[in-house]
Amino acid sequence: MAVITYREALNQALREEMLRDDRVFLMGEEVAVYQGAYKVSKGLLQEFGEMRVVDTPITELGFAGVGVGAAMVGLRPIIEFMTWNFALLALDQVVNAAAKMLYMTGGQFPMPMVFRGPNGAALQLSAQHSQAWESWLAHIPGLKVVTPGTPYDAKGLLKAAIRDDNPVCFLEGEMLYNTKGEVPDEEYVIPLGKAEVKREGDHVSLITHGKMVLVALQAAELLAKEGIRAEVVDLRTIRPMDVDAITASVRKTNRCVVVEEGWEMCGVGAQVVDFVQRHCFDHLDAPVLRVHQADAPMPYAKNLEKAAKPDVPKTIAAVKQVLYIDA
Amino acid sequence: MSTTKPSRRRGAASSDTASTETTQSSTSAEQSPAERKKLHTELLYSMLMQRRFEERTAEMYAIGRIGGFCHLYIGQEAVSTGFISLLREDDYVITTYRDHGQALARGMTPRAIMAELFGRIDGCVRGKGGSMHLFDKSLGFLGGHGIVGGHIPIAAGVGFAIKYRGGDQVIVCFMGEAAVNNGAFHEALNMAALWKLPCLFVIENNRYGMGTAVERASAINDIYKRGASYDMPRDVVDGQDVFAVRAAAETAIARARTESMPTLLEIRTYRFMGHSMSDAVSGTYRTKEELEKYLKRDPVVLLRSTMEEAGDLSADEWNAMDEEIKAIVQDSIDFAENSPEPPLEALLEDVLVDTTSD
Repeated sequence: MAVITYREALNQALREEMLRDDRVFLMGEEVAVYQGAYKVSKGLLQEFGEMRVVDTPITELGFAGVGVGAAMVGLRPIIEFMTWNFALLALDQVVNAAAKMLYMTGGQFPMPMVFRGPNGAALQLSAQHSQAWESWLAHIPGLKVVTPGTPYDAKGLLKAAIRDDNPVCFLEGEMLYNTKGEVPDEEYVIPLGKAEVKREGDHVSLITHGKMVLVALQAAELLAKEGIRAEVVDLRTIRPMDVDAITASVRKTNRCVVVEEGWEMCGVGAQVVDFVQRHCFDHLDAPVLRVHQADAPMPYAKNLEKAAKPDVPKTIAAVKQVLYIDA
Repeated sequence: MSTTKPSRRRGAASSDTASTETTQSSTSAEQSPAERKKLHTELLYSMLMQRRFEERTAEMYAIGRIGGFCHLYIGQEAVSTGFISLLREDDYVITTYRDHGQALARGMTPRAIMAELFGRIDGCVRGKGGSMHLFDKSLGFLGGHGIVGGHIPIAAGVGFAIKYRGGDQVIVCFMGEAAVNNGAFHEALNMAALWKLPCLFVIENNRYGMGTAVERASAINDIYKRGASYDMPRDVVDGQDVFAVRAAAETAIARARTESMPTLLEIRTYRFMGHSMSDAVSGTYRTKEELEKYLKRDPVVLLRSTMEEAGDLSADEWNAMDEEIKAIVQDSIDFAENSPEPPLEALLEDVLVDTTSD
């Protein structure tokens, strides 16, 4: 099995799906001539030409709408946002058009399209470039929301997203593009809506997704040295959320910590906690705790940024709290 | 504030455009009297159907059969009929929430629309959309959109898809004049011009964005001049005269079909009703006198007079047509009354599909 980067895994998924189906095209800022702001689309213009790999003006609302229109008449657009931060300008198309089209047309117009791009904080990009949007998007019926944390998942989930006949918001991790992992040479597709236990354990469940999968795994590794066996459940898809996987893990461990990149209020973790209290009430030995970004816009200064972000020490502290272990 | 008095003349609206701005064609090839009568009768039928349908729609709204927002098109029928009568079956139409007229002109049945307005299962979108969201895939009728400006980039996307497949269809995108102040309008026009997409952007300038007059909302009162920003062919047309509308539409459709080039058309019209059913016909933002002035240029009456003067429409023919249409509209109301409400299971249907491209 080859070891490749998350970026290469995404590139392979795009290329394979464009080869498989000529209705699939990629559109966004700098995706063609520049080869992608993060080089995810490297080589695709040369292979598929300018009708299928389309550079746009800086016009997020506009090209998101072009994607919706193309999907209405049978194409399968992949709309790249240079970052999801810029996608705020396009949310009318994502929410009011793509998500609702099937429903408000009585089932006449499916939206087989993907909105994708990097999500969440990188390093010292401060307030407007460091935001995790999955809880916003997951609020909307009619959308699917996918957050791969590893190269293997990135490739398999992106292929599934492109093949799905619904609008899929695919949130990549800006800090994950250079991470490496094993990816099979043979073709595979990972179904949307299925979580994966990334590490087994029976003392506490760490429910997480996206970039925080790596944080949770590192925390679990350190906890193991103290004899604490943490189970890491990677949701992979936020909507639909794999309630069964959450329930199975928490019923086994009886304790739960949710680790997410975004803010606390109405975050993904709030939804996980709701599922846990409904389905695991009699199994809980401690209140569920959440690890998340501080309740402030992202600051620039290194020390403040570090303090704002969820990380391994904060995760370990939360785990010890639900185990009633003094830190 | 500018004190320039805006040009609001009607009738010969294209005369206030510089010659470099206008590309309006002359009328189409010569017709025989029989052909003329047939065509004009079809146009009148289309416009009168919209008129009578909406008159009854207002009535049904007043007695509570129809709910929600309901925006009537009365006064603007020459615009929908003018454009849509020139389209092919495989072309596309997209519009705003003021969509009953375009839907009828495109061939959606009065039954399917009225049942939708009543919120019934036999409505064109099974009771899920209501007045603002009429759709019919089989007619290339792409809605029915509720956010001002939101559908304009979607139209560009349909144009992109036509070009992607190497087709020669066109898409006609109707919008109100207030939409041109919205970013989506500019983003879509820029891309359509940049990529040479076969789109007609048709601004129905009915003078008011809800209650705000165009002069109070747009820095440029000759709306068609906005096309200059994108070097897009543009024109301004009298929207009460269905023949003027058709002449401009014919040129623009040909440009889209044969050259894959977009056009921006400002169609000067007037809505005879309030913005929606909850808005008085005249009052705070426009006077009764102004309304009465525009009512003298009722597009249905103008076409009827033209036909009568040409000897193409007798009193009997008019009455027969009117009675036929009224009966069809009554049938649509009866049909809607008898159509069941959607089953409760429908609530959660069509949120997602469970299919993939496999």
